[in-house]
Amino acid sequence: MKDQADGYVTADGRQIGPVVMEMKNITLRFGGVEAIKNISFDIRQGEIRAIIGPNGAGKSSMLNVISGFYVPQEGEVWYKGARRPAMKPFQVAQQGIARTFQNIALFEGMSVLDNVMTGRLTHMETSMFWQSIWKGKAEREETENREVAEKIIDFLEIQAIRKTPVSRLSYGLKKRVELARALAAEPSILLLDEPMAGMNVEEKEDMSRFILDVNDEFGTTIALIEHDMGVVMDLSDRVVVMDYGKKIGDGTPHEVRNNQDVIDAYLGIAHD
Amino acid sequence: MPEQLAFTIEVFLNGLMAGVLYALVALGFVLIYKASGIFNYAQGVMALFAALTLAGIVDGQVPFSHLINAIFGTDVHHFGWNVPAFVAILLTMVVMIGLAYAVQRLVFRHLVGQEPIILFMATIGLAYFLEGVGDLMWGSDIKSIDVGLPQGLNMWIDETTFNALGYGFFIDNLDIVASIIAALLVVGLVLFAQYTKQGRAMRAVADDHQAALSVGVSLNFIWILVWSLAGFVALVAGIMWGTKSGVQFSLSLIALKALPVLMLGGFTSIPGAIVGGLIIGVGEKLFEFLIGAPFLGGATENWFAYMLALIFLVFRPQGLFGEKIIERV
Amino acid sequence: MFYREAGDFSTSYAEDSQTFPIKFDRYRYYLVLFLAIFVVPFMVNDYWVNSLFLPFLIYAIAAIGLNILVGYCGQVSLGTGGFMAVGAYACYKLMTSFPDVSMLIHVLIAGVITAAVGVLFGLPSLRIKGFYLAVATLAAQFFLVWLFNRVPWFYNYSASGQISAPERTFLGFNITGANTQAWATYLFCLMFVIFSAYVARNLTRGSVGRKWMAIRDMDIAAEIIGVNPLRAKLTAFAVSSFFIGISGALFFSIYLGAVEVGEVFGIQKSFLVLFMIIIGGLGSIFGSFAGAAFLVLLPVALKIVGVDWLGWPTDIVAHLQLVIVGGLIIVFLIAEPHGLAQLWRVAKEKLRLWPFPH
Repeated sequence: MKDQADGYVTADGRQIGPVVMEMKNITLRFGGVEAIKNISFDIRQGEIRAIIGPNGAGKSSMLNVISGFYVPQEGEVWYKGARRPAMKPFQVAQQGIARTFQNIALFEGMSVLDNVMTGRLTHMETSMFWQSIWKGKAEREETENREVAEKIIDFLEIQAIRKTPVSRLSYGLKKRVELARALAAEPSILLLDEPMAGMNVEEKEDMSRFILDVNDEFGTTIALIEHDMGVVMDLSDRVVVMDYGKKIGDGTPHEVRNNQDVIDAYLGIAHD
Repeated sequence: MPEQLAFTIEVFLNGLMAGVLYALVALGFVLIYKASGIFNYAQGVMALFAALTLAGIVDGQVPFSHLINAIFGTDVHHFGWNVPAFVAILLTMVVMIGLAYAVQRLVFRHLVGQEPIILFMATIGLAYFLEGVGDLMWGSDIKSIDVGLPQGLNMWIDETTFNALGYGFFIDNLDIVASIIAALLVVGLVLFAQYTKQGRAMRAVADDHQAALSVGVSLNFIWILVWSLAGFVALVAGIMWGTKSGVQFSLSLIALKALPVLMLGGFTSIPGAIVGGLIIGVGEKLFEFLIGAPFLGGATENWFAYMLALIFLVFRPQGLFGEKIIERV
Repeated sequence: MFYREAGDFSTSYAEDSQTFPIKFDRYRYYLVLFLAIFVVPFMVNDYWVNSLFLPFLIYAIAAIGLNILVGYCGQVSLGTGGFMAVGAYACYKLMTSFPDVSMLIHVLIAGVITAAVGVLFGLPSLRIKGFYLAVATLAAQFFLVWLFNRVPWFYNYSASGQISAPERTFLGFNITGANTQAWATYLFCLMFVIFSAYVARNLTRGSVGRKWMAIRDMDIAAEIIGVNPLRAKLTAFAVSSFFIGISGALFFSIYLGAVEVGEVFGIQKSFLVLFMIIIGGLGSIFGSFAGAAFLVLLPVALKIVGVDWLGWPTDIVAHLQLVIVGGLIIVFLIAEPHGLAQLWRVAKEKLRLWPFPH
């Protein structure tokens, strides 16, 4: 595999495009604790990028920086060729970055369909006045967006539970609905926060299949956090390895696997 | 000493006294909130209920006499005896403990794990229920309580300040006694929470229900305990306010005065309740005296505390002493 | 006729998202609408209108308004009484300042003014959450009542401090003042009820409604998927206050005719409307109607049973009413947090399978 300025071709023959997001020298502190120490990496168009590391390595913090929930004290986030100014999480979402959550954050009082439709909110802009009349503009927009949502629902095979309240679903299904909600936004970058956490083997296989299919079908760029090494190595094109807030490795799964620092971090050596 | 300044100081002192009572009611809120996460709107009605019960027992009233008379066509009102104040207070406390048990057993045990706002609304329902029961039990006519607390102008302060400053401060004996009792109560509660086994268990529950449960603390017992304590605080507050201005519906409105105190002081902090109570007591009296009455047409006490708390909260949402709210995903 | 959805297929997404997807429901809805508009006005007398229909209709509007804020957006407000007062006083000032303008316009503008006040008091909701916010809305309640009590401009310097509605007509019929006709006041209020329910339903099923519900269910997640929390909350405050303002305006001008603010729009009113939506069902338009109907009927029914049949003194019945309402609130919160509306839904679900439930 060859790295080029405008992309590369993966082992299974997919063309990966130019850089869409670049993190430059990010440092994030909580009080005196440095959760992220001077980390830089990039995410390219169409690739599956993983961030891995042991518990407390700062992976989730990194994801939260990308999705705008945390603002780093130092460093720059570059998105689609421009430096991203400080913005609120909802503005980041409106720019086309969608995510899922480690501890499922679905809207429990709503049906599956409504949850998926919330993913379309950034695409719906009919004013409240027209919505209050409904007939015409609002109804048309609703129908158009419903079609997109239904496509995602079909794709993730959750048609049967469309009208079920989310609170009645099993854990695995909830994870899938959450993925559907994120996908419904048709994001430029999809962030997945431990998509396999707490799943059994079968559910993990399903989820892996969906992640690969999403990438394949829609060409969605995916950045995911996971600490299940096996899954990550199979799924991802490139991997960032974090430990104690520092980046200790970055490259293809193969490269990372043979990186001495990474082996130490996972198998454990005395830190001095 | 200029007259205006002397007036202002007197208003300040009276505000301080009122503040102590606000703090006392707020304390009842904090106790329940810390241990169970329930924001008990019914605290004020509990004070009313306690005062009604106390007055009724002292008078030897037959509970529910109006209702009984209406249903059975009888004409009973009094047992024909008077109960000594001290015994009546003890009996009232027994009633309040019974109430705590019933509330825990019949209401909040079924609402465990619900969102705080649902619990809050349940306590509003409880307030209505309790007010209705109190009225049915003892009748809704205005009653007076006299358990032997001193009342009226404190002559000694009046004379001393008159001799020293040329202006006699008007301070009610009852306010002084109330402040002392409230202060003792606060100290007592802090000591209880700090140094007794039940107190420690209470704090453990406040910290983390699950963890407390896992080391063998009975949640049920603790919750009944805090509701009883809150009932006790309500009783004390009820006695003071009842002695001061009679037992009537408006007594339950002291809860409304305690709410901004809590917002200011933070829902989880005992010192916060005290400091918040004093700030609001002094603040609303001074504001009314200096700005409200001369320029705004008076009666600003109705909203001053809320506005103060509201503006304050916008800048510091967790209150003066509350724990910082950390949001996570 | 069975209550079924079998054979009743939606062939488009628009059809699927309509208000009454089941044909039977749709026909029943048209029937109710027909009865309410064309039959009831010709059957009612003054007593029925003034003691049942007007309060029911007007409280239903207030309940719809509060339900949008509490049931859909999850922001608990105890300031309903204060906001109703804003609607009432705005309507009064408009009626007396512009006697020639239609009442329809006055009531709507009163709603808009209340919406603006609602947004102002909704601003802290960005920083304050849960019951902190509930308590903060009490600031609105007390401040507004005090304002209308103490600033003479609001009651046109009248000696009593009250406001009373001058005679106004709508389409040539007297609807305020002393010489009103029952059916005309009824229809005037009904018009606003239908309008409110229609608008509320449309807003809650579309993207605005989903934003509100997202904020209600998990505000942080909502923000991260692209909902602007301040905007969502403020629009909820605005729409909610708009309806509450309309109901306050109608409550004063059509129903009571004269108002003393502390008595009519005190904190008890805030609780009453809150109870309506708890009993009726949080997050349900139908529930707003059910709750309003229930709490309007309850005192009337209790009075008939307690005072007229059993001959009990009125104060005992009044106390009993407190006990019953308080008890019901607790029972509903424990057993059925979604209120009467949920009971109705469950009944329908059973009916849908009847007579073969398996």
